[in-house]
Amino acid sequence: MFFPGRPSESAYFLMPNVSGMTSPVILADGLVKRYGNLVAVDSVSFRVDEGEVFGILGPNGAGKTSIIRMISCTSPVTSGRLEVLGLPVDGFPRDIKARIGVVSQENNLDPDLSVYENLTVFARFFEINRAEASRRADELIGFFGLSEKRDTVIESLSGGMKRRLTIARALINRPSLVILDEPTTGLDPQARALIWERLRALRSDGATIILSTHYLEEAERFCDRLVILDRGKILLTGSPGEIISERMSRALIEIMNEPDVRAWLDQEGISYEVYGDLLQITTDTPEDFVRRIVAACTPQRLLVRNSTLEDVFLRQTGRRLIR
Amino acid sequence: MMHGPVSRRVVHVWGRNFHVFLRTWQVSFLPPIFDSLFFMLALGYGLGQFVQDIGGVDYPRFVAPAIVAIGIMNASYYETTYGSFVRMYYQKTFDALIATPVTIEEVIVGEILWGGTKAVIYTALILPILALFGVISLPGSLLLLPLGLLGGLLFGAIGLCFTAWTPSIDTLNYPSFLLITPMMVLSGTFFPLDSLPSTVQYIAFALLPLAHLVSLARALTLPSTAPFAFFSLSWLVVATGLVMLLSVRLMRRRLVV
Repeated sequence: MFFPGRPSESAYFLMPNVSGMTSPVILADGLVKRYGNLVAVDSVSFRVDEGEVFGILGPNGAGKTSIIRMISCTSPVTSGRLEVLGLPVDGFPRDIKARIGVVSQENNLDPDLSVYENLTVFARFFEINRAEASRRADELIGFFGLSEKRDTVIESLSGGMKRRLTIARALINRPSLVILDEPTTGLDPQARALIWERLRALRSDGATIILSTHYLEEAERFCDRLVILDRGKILLTGSPGEIISERMSRALIEIMNEPDVRAWLDQEGISYEVYGDLLQITTDTPEDFVRRIVAACTPQRLLVRNSTLEDVFLRQTGRRLIR
Repeated sequence: MMHGPVSRRVVHVWGRNFHVFLRTWQVSFLPPIFDSLFFMLALGYGLGQFVQDIGGVDYPRFVAPAIVAIGIMNASYYETTYGSFVRMYYQKTFDALIATPVTIEEVIVGEILWGGTKAVIYTALILPILALFGVISLPGSLLLLPLGLLGGLLFGAIGLCFTAWTPSIDTLNYPSFLLITPMMVLSGTFFPLDSLPSTVQYIAFALLPLAHLVSLARALTLPSTAPFAFFSLSWLVVATGLVMLLSVRLMRRRLVV
């Protein structure tokens, strides 16, 4: 994992925890969201603590965005308890919104304005005065590598730059909690890498971040803890390492589905699962397994890799997380 | 949960639109100037040659206040229909705003306020053109500016109701040609309403905001008395309040899900 060597470069953008209290940043208890007859979020409970990076994962329609919108106070809670920064969302939306930064899934920058104006005009909604807004805008523009585009109208920016500006804009009020809904979806790998690099800088400065993403591998590396949702319910919860180690062996081996390989596996009493033309075997001793199978038969293709969240999800539901 | 009070943050919503307007002012300033110029030439002087005086007023003077009233209507109505719809639906500006301490009510009121402001700006651009033609009396006609604000708020609120209702930008054409265009020609704009049967007159003054706006505008540009001016003013004030409340309700229903 790559950490930038400037540990406190983003400290300015974040509100320090002056109270020293360790009350949860987010507390959800039996949280429900219904749209007519559709139950999008079905009695979900979790908590996020100060300084944690918390991931919300799940296939499309699992309820990720509904949860994020309720936390952002832009969508009313149907039932259950939801507190953000110690305040109930249905009583104090304005106070909560003043202290969080939200990056929504869809790009909602002002296309007619420049990079700099997008930040300063937005600052007004937080009652930040002109001089302070200008100072923060320029620092954020620097932090997100947009200095050359400062006065460019954002219509001509690349997708990655727009996304970085959206994240920069969410930090204009020095939020105590940063909420990101699919921050890297639809971007090319290079742009994604740049965004994760900046988010890691925020994380190493102690930001409390909650994010939803489709990219499991990235979530696995980036999140301290996460929940995986399926059809509105929490399917799995914990740190990425725990979730995997509690449910699966360390390694996963994929072999071409061939008669001699299957015969050998059956003979040895090793269980396997068939996925199309691949056989999957999980084991905690991959080195030993590979030595034995190579001695016994000649598998066409053999791949040893670590078990991932995707594998856990697949085994739990019989479906892939991303289709 | 979203029943936030409407605070001074309304001004920031308004300010965002004003800021964007100023960025594109070269384009934004042209429509009212050209519209009023062509209307005056084509109707006031082109058509006017074939029209007798109307109640002792020559046709260019008769039609001039209607051109202002139509300008007020178009400025705010089209701002809060197509303009607001683009901000709400395509640019997701409303979503961005309500993620800040701004409430949905403040977004709506800010949009209407901006519609009213744009009507004032358009009025201010049309007045010098009409003054150059010598068809309005000054300084009384300057009162068209506050009238522009009132009319702009009303048509802005009407526009937002349709924006809250419309499923797509194409269906916004319906209120435009079923309501706005008929109103433009049937509100005592290009011919006096009293030339129509009295039932039609009653219907016009009961239902058509533009009829009241035209009648008040005419009372200001012509040094004449308008017998129903107070009634028209009251009608506009009450309608503005009611339609604003309705627009907030409809918009909440659309956006708070």
